[in-house]
Amino acid sequence: MRFIDEYRDADKARMLASQIRELCEPGRTYTFMEVCGGHTHTIYKHGLEDYLPEAVTLVHGPGCPVCVIPMGRIDDAMAIARRPEVIMTSFGDMMRVPGGQGSFLDAKAAGADIRMVYSPLDALKIARTNPDRAVVFMGIGFETTAPSTAMTVLRAAAEGIANFSVFCNHVTIIPAIKAILDSPDQRLDGFIGPGHVSTVIGCRPYEFIAREYGKPLVCAGFEPLDVLQSIYLLLRQLAEGRAEVENQYTRVVPWDGNRRALEVISQVMEPRPYFEWRGLGFISHSALRMREAYAAFDAERIFEVPGVRVADPKACQCGEVLKGVLKPWECKVFGTACTPETPIGTCMVSSEGACAAYYNFGRFTRRRIKETSRT
Amino acid sequence: MCLGIPGEIIELIPGPADLATVDVVGVRRAINIGLLGEGEVRPGDWVLVHVGFAMSKIDEAEAAATLALLTGLGQAYTDELEALAESDIT
Ligand code: SF4
Repeated sequence: MRFIDEYRDADKARMLASQIRELCEPGRTYTFMEVCGGHTHTIYKHGLEDYLPEAVTLVHGPGCPVCVIPMGRIDDAMAIARRPEVIMTSFGDMMRVPGGQGSFLDAKAAGADIRMVYSPLDALKIARTNPDRAVVFMGIGFETTAPSTAMTVLRAAAEGIANFSVFCNHVTIIPAIKAILDSPDQRLDGFIGPGHVSTVIGCRPYEFIAREYGKPLVCAGFEPLDVLQSIYLLLRQLAEGRAEVENQYTRVVPWDGNRRALEVISQVMEPRPYFEWRGLGFISHSALRMREAYAAFDAERIFEVPGVRVADPKACQCGEVLKGVLKPWECKVFGTACTPETPIGTCMVSSEGACAAYYNFGRFTRRRIKETSRT
Repeated sequence: MCLGIPGEIIELIPGPADLATVDVVGVRRAINIGLLGEGEVRPGDWVLVHVGFAMSKIDEAEAAATLALLTGLGQAYTDELEALAESDIT
């Protein structure tokens, strides 16, 4: 237990909080974006906002892969899944995400063969044992899961498993961050960098944020103290007039990332010219598709997908939440029409989505903020 | 899906598939270690497992801390563990 206490110690948290307070210039406010949904979760779960001075605001970023899948792609996946010869396989997180015509769960209830898998390798195994069916894996996620999908394709190729394919929806984090930096309503002072994505891509790809936009980024671990320490490091950079990429999570994140994983991704996949993100619109080079050489494993080439664009539901404000412009509870349907049981937007589906994290943990804090602001 | 779960390498499984048996809080499953460097992990080492693949090597202290953090996640972690328990990679 000794190890754990090191990252959770309330005294240490308070000490960091007071160092954070000292670094804040009077009269100045600071807004930091936590890019990754895992951080959002830690922040709400441990009520970290309570430790921070009022001058520091945290906003969530687009780093929840389930949250950013556009409706149209789900409808396309559904069109594939409904074919009688197809077994669609997907991570559990994806099952309840609503498309224009319901979710995977709805389609499954209506008779489509959709199976939940833990790993793309499990999907490959299903293909191996069902040679007369076309097994499609719904590939989603950032650079954390893209190498796994790519490795599985290589494995399928090596074994000559011809009835396996991937419906590739993998996205990349850097273009999304850039889109947020370029958006006119952005007023961020720095970034808490994603932990797990960075184990793959390393810290170098973030350097343009410091160089071209003059904003600091700190790659952070997921413990409450990691997040607080990263906020401290961001403020220290700002106080010293620096904008750099720092790595707080050296325990897991190597500066150069995972070379092998990056090689595997680029062997099998290539950037798409553009891809739609839910709520954020089209972002160029922000997603991956299968390379021509692996066309035989590309569900998009094998099956005809309608490829239609479906507008997000009117009530949904996930786009604003994903850009950090709106806090979850500021969405008009939050907690009323939109709950984890009956999600309208994607941010309410995955436990890493800002709205779900807030719904599950944030109510108490929020009530308290309201009460204190009233008195 | 985004959760990285720490697992201890129990044994390397010979063959071309780059598999190893890991122990994740008592659940033993095969995972792929092909994304790590050649010979990078040995039995007794800890790795962070994402969707059936070892993504990085970590030390024991980090593994313990991460497990404690995950336990605190409640449902999300239970779901991930259940999914892992269902997994049958070969
Ligand atoms: S409350 Fe629901 S609809 Fe509103 S932003 Fe969150 S997920 Fe989207």
